[in-house]
Amino acid sequence: MSEASPSGSNVAIIGGGVTGLSAAWWLARAGHSVSVFERFIVGWEASGRNGGGCTHYQSPLFLEEQRLWPMMDDLLGYPTEYQRTRIVINFTADQERRYRSVADLTAPWGFTSETLDNRQLREIVPLAGENALSAQYFHFGGHANPQRTVQAYAWALQDHGGRIYQHTSVDGFETSNGRITGIQVNGRTHGCDAVVVAAGPQSAVLLAKLGIDLPLAPARAEMIVTEALPLMKIGGVDGNGLYGRQTLRGNLAYGGGPHEWLDDDAFLTPARPSTPVLCNLAARVATLFPRAAHARVLRSWAGIVENTPDGRPVIDRLQSPSNLTIATMSGVGFGLSPATGHAIADLVTTGACSFAEIGKLGLGRFKDLPADWRETRGWMPPLEAVAA
Amino acid sequence: MKTLRPTDPAAIDNKFPAADEHAQLLVIGAGQAGLAAAIEAAGLGLQVVLIDENPVPAALMGLDVPLFYGQRMNAAVQEEARMVERLVASTPAIEAAFDAGVDVRMGVMAWGAFANGAALNAMPHKVAGLTDGTKSWLCSFDALILATGARDLVLGFEGIDQPGVMGARALDALLTRYDAFDGKRVTILGSTDLAAETALKLLDRGLEISGLVEVLPNPQASPEYLAALAARGVTIHTGATILKAETDATGVTAAITSVAGQGNTQRLPCDTICLAVGAIPAIELAGALNCRLGFRGDLGGHVPVTGAGGATSIPGIFAAGDCAGLTADAEGQGRAAAQAAAAFLHGSASPAETVAVADTPDTTAYRQAWMRALLATGAPNTLACICEEVSRTELLGIRPPRYLNCASNKLAARDAKTLREDGPLNPDQIKRLTRAGMGPCQGRRCREQIALTLAETSDTPLAAVPLASYRAPVRPLSLHLLGAIAETPGMQQHWDVWFGIRTQWIPYDVIGTPEEADLIAAEDGGYLHA
Repeated sequence: MSEASPSGSNVAIIGGGVTGLSAAWWLARAGHSVSVFERFIVGWEASGRNGGGCTHYQSPLFLEEQRLWPMMDDLLGYPTEYQRTRIVINFTADQERRYRSVADLTAPWGFTSETLDNRQLREIVPLAGENALSAQYFHFGGHANPQRTVQAYAWALQDHGGRIYQHTSVDGFETSNGRITGIQVNGRTHGCDAVVVAAGPQSAVLLAKLGIDLPLAPARAEMIVTEALPLMKIGGVDGNGLYGRQTLRGNLAYGGGPHEWLDDDAFLTPARPSTPVLCNLAARVATLFPRAAHARVLRSWAGIVENTPDGRPVIDRLQSPSNLTIATMSGVGFGLSPATGHAIADLVTTGACSFAEIGKLGLGRFKDLPADWRETRGWMPPLEAVAA
Repeated sequence: MKTLRPTDPAAIDNKFPAADEHAQLLVIGAGQAGLAAAIEAAGLGLQVVLIDENPVPAALMGLDVPLFYGQRMNAAVQEEARMVERLVASTPAIEAAFDAGVDVRMGVMAWGAFANGAALNAMPHKVAGLTDGTKSWLCSFDALILATGARDLVLGFEGIDQPGVMGARALDALLTRYDAFDGKRVTILGSTDLAAETALKLLDRGLEISGLVEVLPNPQASPEYLAALAARGVTIHTGATILKAETDATGVTAAITSVAGQGNTQRLPCDTICLAVGAIPAIELAGALNCRLGFRGDLGGHVPVTGAGGATSIPGIFAAGDCAGLTADAEGQGRAAAQAAAAFLHGSASPAETVAVADTPDTTAYRQAWMRALLATGAPNTLACICEEVSRTELLGIRPPRYLNCASNKLAARDAKTLREDGPLNPDQIKRLTRAGMGPCQGRRCREQIALTLAETSDTPLAAVPLASYRAPVRPLSLHLLGAIAETPGMQQHWDVWFGIRTQWIPYDVIGTPEEADLIAAEDGGYLHA
């Protein structure tokens, strides 16, 4: 943390997660003066704790995601451990049909894939077993190391002159004539021409200070990681209800399964507890990779993820305050981050995304959302816990 | 009455399995504190289950679980039944606990413990995750006493990863519990009471001491111990530090040390180098439980913040003995924790006996003196993390792991000093970038050394270096073993790879078209997610 905040910057970005850092990096490399405010350490929350997947065909940012990832190490100047391609193992005919339809969906864009039989699968993924029906091998997508990537964004941002204030919470905003003129930090005002709020689960709390209602529900999700195993030809292997990857070190890092809804202010506690769900994850990883069943689990962890009512991102430059851009990725932010940052930088500088139509991700879609939307969906913290 | 309200089928609510067994009071650790606690609690009429992971399987001992055994175990550790016999024979209180009606189980390991608290409200009961090496299960409890003892402080020098470099706690266990120590001649690092006790135990068993090595100008043990050592002809090399372990294919053959006030070195022939600089409270379970922790140099490091009877910040969970802070009165603390647990269970105020708190000196300065000497004399490629082979230079350079094989001018411009400009150094952040502390030993062999190194090289008080997090499983156990705890039917039925929000995966172009509703409604989960 720098003791003396400089008096201001072109763009103030609230949230040092992967989305805010990418936006800051895009803006800084375009020559803007950028400051990122992070209440703890960059990438500390879900940005650094996720499965590292980079395959989001449902997003309008998909093509840009696919275009950028192979270049990111060079663009950032630091390693992200990005690896191209992804395999989904099918254990049922329904899964096989479903992931073939992903192939059909992405083929018109020129992305190729193939269906592997069990023998072909085990040649590429030797930890897989005879229990697999087939697999869909996507020659695109892939995965990267979230922890290394967030630090790469942060360092690349600094290399372009951007500033990062860690351990620095934003207390509020100063506005004038429908614009934000500064943000309040440590009892001082940091003047700015534009603001990006990309603060994950905290975004709703921050925006409420501006009278803006961003509907978000935080939840806790869990992952496990094993000791290192011999590297497979392809490390980005999903299936059996799991997402994750074999890291370049060889560890199997996987998540999935039940989540717990939390109170709006859950992010305030530093606790990110895991639960006996780690055992269920272990069993599922052992089914996904029967030949890794002996691998020792070294850690579990949990992260707090924010969700919008439809599970889709909000990426929007608002009408009022007119210099505010907001971004929440509803739990699917890491892989899209190169493209999301690009889109946010466009919104901040020109008001429109230059490479994709993203109008359906606007905040306006929730304007008629009833106040009790969390209750009606059952997205509420457990009332009383009963064993199954 | 249950409140009727919609529930999210993919959420965790009411999907945790019932525990496989229940203990009114679970005591984890059958050392002095745990045995005293269990016997006292049984006497107070509680139903007590006492577990202890020892003897841990030989394969885990080879991974230095829970102590720094340094491969100096003999073949006896392969024979599990014999190890249990020796353990019971060497610890008479185990028999006494049986006689008191305690359900004593040796060789049962707690790999986790879970309780509702911050950001977790779905647990139907406080539970511990247990294993006996062939299966794993959940044991619910009304009260828990953590009596997990202490482990070895490991500080690195050239050869730290070689067979024969081990910790004093591990050496004590092999000597006195298992009769399974495979060395004959030992150099001891440190000259505190811990080092002196270790030396005397070795001599009592007819083993040889090459000498004690002490970085400070004077021996540190109490006068009685120093007299006993002198009487038996043990040399203490003060003002000296270990430079390297000389090794051959069998491991250690000598300790090469500096000589006080001289530029030359000396060679102490030995087959074992025993680190006796200090012990660390074993707080893995307390950390994984999210008990509030604090740094206490006088207690040996980070410990649970405790009140009367060792009450932690989580109601019903107590800590006693060395895991609550290195203590000379583990038994007294164990009894006090049992009384406090009984009072908790009976809903009465704690009558816990007052435990005299010895005024123990702060351990920090001594440990820092050792670390400073090792940093000053050690080769740059000295390992900071044995499992992941991260050298001190790589640690402080915040270098990406070697297998990435990446070098750039930009990376070369980054190190711990530049990272320090962004904020206080955090071992968890440095772990993510360098992998130091990420290996199969789960940081037991490196976390204190990394914290000491960061403190020493960034002018930060040791107490201000954040504690690297502890997570379940606190022991490295296989997917197969942990996976023995099965999904409940509801969990299996509604398991989703992410949050089960169907609209999340609708392709963007389909949003707002008639096809969208069809996809959402599709019975087979026609929505796609990969």
